[in-house]
Amino acid sequence: MSEKAHTVALAGQPNVGKSTLFNLLTGMNQHVGNWPGKTIEQKVGSFTCNGNLYRLVDLPGTYSLTANSVEEIIARDFIIKERPDVVVVLLDAATLEHNLYLVAELLPLPAPVIVALNMMDVAEQEGLKIEPEVLEAALGVRVVPMIATKNVGTRELVAAIDQVVHNTDQYAPKRPEIRADHQQVLEEIEALIAGYVPEAYPQDWVALKLMEGDREITRLVREQMDSERWEKVHQVLRAHDDALVAVASGRYEWIGRMVRAAVTRPVAGQIGLTERIDRWAAHPLWGLVILAVILGLAFWLTYSIGTPLQGWLDSAVVGGLARLLSSLLASAPLWLQGLITDGAIGGVGTVITFLPILIIFFAILGLLEDTGYMARAAYVMDRFMHLMGLHGKSFLPLFLGFGCNVPAVMGTRVIESRRARLLTIMLAPLIPCAARMTVVAFLAPAFFGRAAALVSWGLVLLNLIVLALAGVVLNRTVFKGERAAFIMELPLYHAPNGRTIGLAVWQHCLAFLKKAGSIILAISILVWALSVLPSGDLDSSILASIGHFLEPLGRLMGFDWRLMVALLTSLVAKENSIATLGVLFGAGEQAGLPELMAANFALPTGLAFLVVQMLFIPCAASVAVIRQEAGSWQWALFNVALLLGISLAAGALTYRLAGLL
Amino acid sequence: MEQQTGHSQSVPLHTLLPHQRGIITDLSGGHGLLSRMATLGFTPGAEVTMVQNFGHGPLIVLIRGARVALGRGEASKVYVRPLNDV
Repeated sequence: MSEKAHTVALAGQPNVGKSTLFNLLTGMNQHVGNWPGKTIEQKVGSFTCNGNLYRLVDLPGTYSLTANSVEEIIARDFIIKERPDVVVVLLDAATLEHNLYLVAELLPLPAPVIVALNMMDVAEQEGLKIEPEVLEAALGVRVVPMIATKNVGTRELVAAIDQVVHNTDQYAPKRPEIRADHQQVLEEIEALIAGYVPEAYPQDWVALKLMEGDREITRLVREQMDSERWEKVHQVLRAHDDALVAVASGRYEWIGRMVRAAVTRPVAGQIGLTERIDRWAAHPLWGLVILAVILGLAFWLTYSIGTPLQGWLDSAVVGGLARLLSSLLASAPLWLQGLITDGAIGGVGTVITFLPILIIFFAILGLLEDTGYMARAAYVMDRFMHLMGLHGKSFLPLFLGFGCNVPAVMGTRVIESRRARLLTIMLAPLIPCAARMTVVAFLAPAFFGRAAALVSWGLVLLNLIVLALAGVVLNRTVFKGERAAFIMELPLYHAPNGRTIGLAVWQHCLAFLKKAGSIILAISILVWALSVLPSGDLDSSILASIGHFLEPLGRLMGFDWRLMVALLTSLVAKENSIATLGVLFGAGEQAGLPELMAANFALPTGLAFLVVQMLFIPCAASVAVIRQEAGSWQWALFNVALLLGISLAAGALTYRLAGLL
Repeated sequence: MEQQTGHSQSVPLHTLLPHQRGIITDLSGGHGLLSRMATLGFTPGAEVTMVQNFGHGPLIVLIRGARVALGRGEASKVYVRPLNDV
């Protein structure tokens, strides 16, 4: 394989099985990274056919190639600038007309196109009859029917790729044309921009994009010409401001001609599986009940499998590792023993114990996504999310936050609009995670006795109210702007693919370990160092000095330095505050920590501490993934500042109000 | 084939009842919304069927062979000429 690899780009709309096909073609020969300068995931893999090496690049899932989103710009820039040898466009056969829209956009571009017609089984289940040969003849490009989840048609697709790449002169697609009543305008614009089109861009395509009002292309062309010439172009465009819709209808008219012969629709009145399920799953009341049951099951799984596994990992694996290392390091200096067993192992332990919960959550998320249910959950929750300027798609990631904020932040990847995604990320840490609930469950009974359950419930409610308020405020200030329209396709239900879900879980966990892992480890070692330096004793450590320094701030909430130190150590992991307080109060055999706490602090302080704990700065792992997912430290720091402000204000307010009672 | 029942006036899409069909006559709204709607097949001349409409909250319509969920606000910007009564 001395010859250079051919590049194959994989295009397709969201939810058409692109990941499944990508995994089928490349197996484990794949690398997940980011598109240069973007926070959007890029998957590149390789495969061979007849001794030829192919590099497969997975383009982001897009409905069209107009500059409506970053994904769309990435996809078309890759095709125009990198000139792949062939573009495979994966279509969902069951919603062929919608899916052909992307084909109509791809055909005018310079790269040869192969159509992979996926989900032939789902189409059949919905009563559709599709003849791929007829479609192939109509389009003038290769059409390969497939069922990617059952590995049907993969070999034929690879053969088609190999054949098209080596016979480019035979490529003769029938390209869509603009609607007749706009043909003249198109020609007028083409004449005006001739010679002013940036290199690599096809001229007729640029003219079409100008008519569609594509911001990116408009900017590019404008930069190329003097203002006088641009004014002429602009005048033509202004006189035809309905061109956007005309271009789109032209494409759909073309699609209509393509499918007329190739597709036979079911007789009217025949009710498909999707319709039958949606009568319940998308119902405003029953849909909510079903969603509640599914989410309840998700929690039950997490707590009945994930939490015990987490505990086991913590005691057996992490604890075992610590014991092993400390016996190996018995002769080493004390500081080194501490650094390894308390600092490093503590950090590694935090990272490892996150894994069971992450795996379970990502598997559930993947399952809901892959079957097509996720869109229904977004649909039934849409009404409630409107209040915060978000729509339904933000609900599931936020809900995941009850288990752990880390998958919640990572789960925001399902939201297309960058604005909505960032807002959801900023709100996610306000969902009380399991670790915070542990702290509350531990301390509340000491202060509130029988009312503990009621107080815990009230604290959760407080978090949700604060979340809603923060959402409303952020939506009107930092995230001001047009709310992304709620309009999305509801995919047909289909059987999930274990391999696709498994690989997604694996890649999510790997990304967490790689990126978040190192940050968590660094912060754990830092906090450990501060807690033992300079004397080796927590009471006289730098951390304690910081606690004393912060005590005046703490007094606003009724805290002493020890409570401030506990909050600081909770930055590594929320449940750390209990361990820290245990050390600081010398809790032991004679009196447990809750009793000591209740004896030391009055009720207003206790309540304020719980409130602050529930709303405090996200833990190290969350901060790390916020940075990773938002793409900059700026947003992570904004979030830290936001939560710090909210929690301290809420704590001070609680202390005052509770003091009045 | 279609039974014309005297509807000649266009009405906003969200006023269609479940199972009622209509032909899109006009779209309004900002550039971004128009572009997304047009991409999903909401163009003049296209036939839509209301699948779910409870009089409040988002809707589900069938357009060009696919089920699309959209908010009431978004639907109010699409005008249709109803084809049948239910």
